[in-house]
Amino acid sequence: MDLSWLSIADANTRWVLGGACLLGLSSGVLGSFALLRRRSLVGDALAHAALPGVCLAYLLTGTKNLGLFLVGAAIAGLLATMAMSAITRYSKIKEDAALGIVLTVFFGLGIMLLTVIQKLPGGNQSGLDKFLFGQAASLVGSDVRLMAAIAAGLCLAVLLLFKEFKLLAFDPGFGAGLGLPMGLLDLVLNLLILLAVVIGLQSVGVVLMAAMLITPAVAARYWTDRLGVMTALAGVFGAAAGALGTLLSQLGPRMPTGPLIVLAATLVFLVSLLCAPRRGLLARLIRFVRLKRQVAREGALRAVYELAEAVGDPRALVTPDELRRRRGVTGVGALGALARGGALEATGGGWRLTAQGLAEAHRLVREQRLWEVFLMHEGELGGQSVDRDGARVPPAVRTQLEQLLTLHGLEPRLYKEGA
Amino acid sequence: MDWYASGSIIATGALVAASAGMVGCFLVLRRLALLGDAISHAVLPGIALAFLLTGSRSTLVMVLGAGALGIITTFLVQTLQRAGVQEDAGIGVSFTALFAVGVVLVSLFAGKVDLDLDCVLYGEIAYTPWDTLVIGGINLGPESLWTMGSIFLLNFSVIGLLYKELKICAFDPAMAAAVGINVAVIHYVLMGLVSVTTVGAFESVGAILVVAMMIVPAATAYLLTERLGVMLLLAVLQGVVSAAAGYFLARQLDSSIAAAMTTVSGAFFALAFLFAPRTGLVARALALRGLRTGQQMMQ
Repeated sequence: MDLSWLSIADANTRWVLGGACLLGLSSGVLGSFALLRRRSLVGDALAHAALPGVCLAYLLTGTKNLGLFLVGAAIAGLLATMAMSAITRYSKIKEDAALGIVLTVFFGLGIMLLTVIQKLPGGNQSGLDKFLFGQAASLVGSDVRLMAAIAAGLCLAVLLLFKEFKLLAFDPGFGAGLGLPMGLLDLVLNLLILLAVVIGLQSVGVVLMAAMLITPAVAARYWTDRLGVMTALAGVFGAAAGALGTLLSQLGPRMPTGPLIVLAATLVFLVSLLCAPRRGLLARLIRFVRLKRQVAREGALRAVYELAEAVGDPRALVTPDELRRRRGVTGVGALGALARGGALEATGGGWRLTAQGLAEAHRLVREQRLWEVFLMHEGELGGQSVDRDGARVPPAVRTQLEQLLTLHGLEPRLYKEGA
Repeated sequence: MDWYASGSIIATGALVAASAGMVGCFLVLRRLALLGDAISHAVLPGIALAFLLTGSRSTLVMVLGAGALGIITTFLVQTLQRAGVQEDAGIGVSFTALFAVGVVLVSLFAGKVDLDLDCVLYGEIAYTPWDTLVIGGINLGPESLWTMGSIFLLNFSVIGLLYKELKICAFDPAMAAAVGINVAVIHYVLMGLVSVTTVGAFESVGAILVVAMMIVPAATAYLLTERLGVMLLLAVLQGVVSAAAGYFLARQLDSSIAAAMTTVSGAFFALAFLFAPRTGLVARALALRGLRTGQQMMQ
């Protein structure tokens, strides 16, 4: 197997890899803020809008220079941002349609210019079509140095303005109350996002650049609730996706880099979606199963207790038949788990409460009955904020409920606290 | 000038614009413009896979592949939303991923698939005159003209039949549900029309520009009127005029025809934005000035 594409020793590959990592890093970091500002798709519009800027820069100067392209793309992106806000502000057209209009019209204009350029003498060699889907291999040392400078500047700016951007993301009203220029900060953030988009154009391309802003940030969101950690993580994810996608694209000669980088980022997202602690799908599934088991165990323990209570003997033997006749007790799995936990003892043909199980069951049954009494008298007890899913009685009315419990004759009869 | 070629290109473009414009009106009114954008990107892997699996370029195969992907996209966006991803980010993640898969498939099998990346982006409307439909040895004219004609008829009749339902759903879904209209079914019918129009238009104008043909004429019409019937008519009209004007612009510049059509359409939108009676920027400024002078005269 030919593994030479893996050799990072090659200077050109090193530049290309470095470039891809840098773009992933900066777009991941800024994408976090775009995501929290609910502006994910604005990056899509900015990226598409960059195309006519790049083409015009080429048409006007006739040279292929990344610095000039970046300036053109930045100006076009700025115009696109202004057009979007003007359309939503001065007409009845809503944000989604404004975004769609700006994105498609700028892109249409860009494609028109691009096809004009390709018919010009020498235009075919301009490499401008690489801006559509990205070709990391076309990066050279000076390009990467420029990208590195911009990426470093972006990260530094985010670091310096972190507190301000945090306010902007979570509570702009509060920020304005503190006397911070929130409008200006929003503009600065948009400009930084624009720059992040612009440095990614050559590797990822205008069509899929939006994914670099959105996907790593959404993936990072799964792992943490802290903005600082999320921002750093999104940067790392972006850089990793950039590196992986670039390496993969070296496999085939005709493979555009952009889609592979995007697929690498999507892979990171899918892993996060499944495996993240707490928010991930697997963690949720595990929590759900555990909760279900706990509910089943508590139901079974209550059932054994109440059957014993009916006989009036805490050591009464409860047969599977009796249990089956009660609602809410399913299977013997929960009973077996209780026996292993030492709350029940299995004897020939039935189950019996242990001393430990009796105390536990008494507590559970009492809580359950208190809750039922609360539901009966909820109207009289006034508006209480209640945890309905957990079926917990509000502490404020607990003594009242305990009196009512005795009044209704529902106090569990087996085992008294301290007895 | 070759009248046959020009005529069939303009006619195809006009049919694409008219079909897309009609559906687009409802997308703009229901604030679903971005979902339309997402679907139009996401059908690419469906089309590529349909090509690869069957080796056939027939419209039916393409419609099936793209339709499946359209449903998958809608489903993915909803699933991600339920898994706690906010809507815009969910749309962004799913359509970029699917489009990336499509581009990779097209590049990997470029030799086997009669479809290249340029075609994906801006279609091959310039070739329509020579891609003719032949049945029983009789040349019936450009195939895409027939395809787009059928799609236009489909959109026209569905919108005509469900006009009242679509209208109520567009403006007041709660009321629509209250009077017994199945809002979900109407939503899926609309998304179905979006997918079918995208697929039909895909070959001639490409994935991204078909969105332009859906949204831009509809938005222009939205600025000019407050009546849905008039809006539909104006959107179709704007689309058709843009298609024709775009063709001549492209001939002048020797550029992509579909892209020129989009650019002209954008110019029309800008004109409407500036000069629309009553709601345009200029009309507003004049009205404001009139108010001020009126106030001064009162004082």
